[in-house]
Amino acid sequence: MSRSSQSVAHSVEVIDLNTHYGDRQILHNVSLEVKQGEIMVIMGGSGSGKTTLLNHLLGLMPPTSGTVRILDQDLGRLTPLERQKLRTRTGVAFQSGALFSSMSIGDNIALPLREHTDLDPTTIGIMTRLKLEVVSLAGFENLKPAELSGGMIKRAALARAIVMDPEVLFCDEPSAGLDPVVASSIDDLILRLRDAMGMSIVVVTHDLDSTFKIADRICVLDKGKVLALDTVEAIRASTDTRIQNLLNRRTEEAEPDPDAYLRRLLGDTSTPPDGTPRT
Amino acid sequence: MAGGLGVDKLTKMLDRLGRWAVAGVAEFGFGAALVGESVFWLAMGRKRRQPVRLGPVVAQAMEIGIGALPIVTVLSGTIGIMLAIQGVYSLKLFGAESRVTLGVAMSTVREFAPLITGILVAGRSGSALAARLGTMRINQEIDALTVMGVSPVRFLVVPALVAMMVMLPCLTLWADLVGLFTAGLYIAPQLGSTMGAYVNEVTSLVQMNDMLHGLAKSVIFSVLITIVGVVNGASVSGGAEGVGHMTTRSVVHAISAIVITDMIFVFMVTR
Ligand SMILES: Nc1ncnc2c1ncn2[C@@H]1O[C@H](COP(=O)(O)OP(=O)(O)O)[C@@H](O)[C@H]1O
Repeated sequence: MSRSSQSVAHSVEVIDLNTHYGDRQILHNVSLEVKQGEIMVIMGGSGSGKTTLLNHLLGLMPPTSGTVRILDQDLGRLTPLERQKLRTRTGVAFQSGALFSSMSIGDNIALPLREHTDLDPTTIGIMTRLKLEVVSLAGFENLKPAELSGGMIKRAALARAIVMDPEVLFCDEPSAGLDPVVASSIDDLILRLRDAMGMSIVVVTHDLDSTFKIADRICVLDKGKVLALDTVEAIRASTDTRIQNLLNRRTEEAEPDPDAYLRRLLGDTSTPPDGTPRT
Repeated sequence: MAGGLGVDKLTKMLDRLGRWAVAGVAEFGFGAALVGESVFWLAMGRKRRQPVRLGPVVAQAMEIGIGALPIVTVLSGTIGIMLAIQGVYSLKLFGAESRVTLGVAMSTVREFAPLITGILVAGRSGSALAARLGTMRINQEIDALTVMGVSPVRFLVVPALVAMMVMLPCLTLWADLVGLFTAGLYIAPQLGSTMGAYVNEVTSLVQMNDMLHGLAKSVIFSVLITIVGVVNGASVSGGAEGVGHMTTRSVVHAISAIVITDMIFVFMVTR
């Protein structure tokens, strides 16, 4: 896997990422790159390491080893000031929205503008309402997050994520916990955002329908390893049984190692199985 | 066999003690780092284009100061009377009750006003801070701030710290006044004197030094309350239950820190 200097600018580049929680390795040599203007969906079952990977991409957690480059900047080598600058060029919509519950929706969306720009309040107001229009939440700016439905919170979170017109947008489980119709409207919104603003979008989800609808390419994570990284068509056509299991929502195979199974039953926890979710 | 078991138990206990100590030191270090980072943002925020804004500071100050005013008034008033009663009683044993004003004034200004105010504010605002930050943490609001390029320390901790450092001494000063006043209400008639004479005596007895002793302590308490609240709030894990747990922990820790620091301060300064 030689990674010679490529001419294509990558919005996101992950190289040989390894992570541990304590002694347990969560991510194993994860590598992927997201091209400019691409929607990359990181897909995997629960416990596959999606959230962990996203936290690395967001610079919220340092990896054990490996490199994360966002907009051609190595997260591990940035000074705090450079990091702050980079963060104004990326947007994040968290799974639960993570809207500030003490502020109105309008104030939530205006916050990045207030903190990072010298715009006057009128302009900030206009830009805030503009983004609310984009996510079809016009007129809700004075409500508190607690007064919104789940789908509206996700929209508001998206509006806040794009208010600075980021070059890269990260979405954590954008359609989780929503009914199919609302979930599908969020997917449409993500597609629209990419088409209108040309941003690269990284979506983390376990939702298959949503994945196939919005993805340009899919990165399938399984037990902390990249199982496949390819276009939607190629993933669909894949003959790999693990991928097919995932796609057909078949539950995972039985215990491959009877010795390990016995050891676990006997309570010998000295050799925990790497990356296996504890349920 | 029994010996082996004993050693095993001992190892486990030492192991737990070690972990506990490491966690304690880590928490202490986190607190110290928070203070350092807060000072950094206060000094450098504007240059970094991340100024500490006045609005949130004032809002916090109102919440901490005005909100605590009634309870501080009631309790410092009560303590003033209580000290006066005990003072008159105990000094009467020596026939020295005429010196009661000195004892009451010193203990109020140097000890009771800062201590009571600190404990009250720890219970009211320190816990509220821990709960607010804890809720924000499990709701990923802290992460949201971070990824926006807004320092959570600058945005959340510094306003609380500054507000606390301003309001706690103010409240302490108020508690001084109320405590001394209510003490006078009991002492003056007991000594067969007047309120005016009592006030004169107090003002001549209480030196600037004594006031500063109390106020300096209240500034230290304000830092302790804020940092303990923030450390506990930021360490919340495991949902709403975790928030409740850490909120309680923050009150217990803050009050313990206040009382112990008070003792150390008095030991260092008064001798
Ligand atoms: N804070 C943590 N401490 C220890 N283990 C964790 C922690 N967070 C996640 N894990 C483990 O890491 C693995 C991957 O988790 P995660 O990244 O959340 O997966 P996903 O988002 O795909 O469900 C899981 O096995 C989980 O048990």
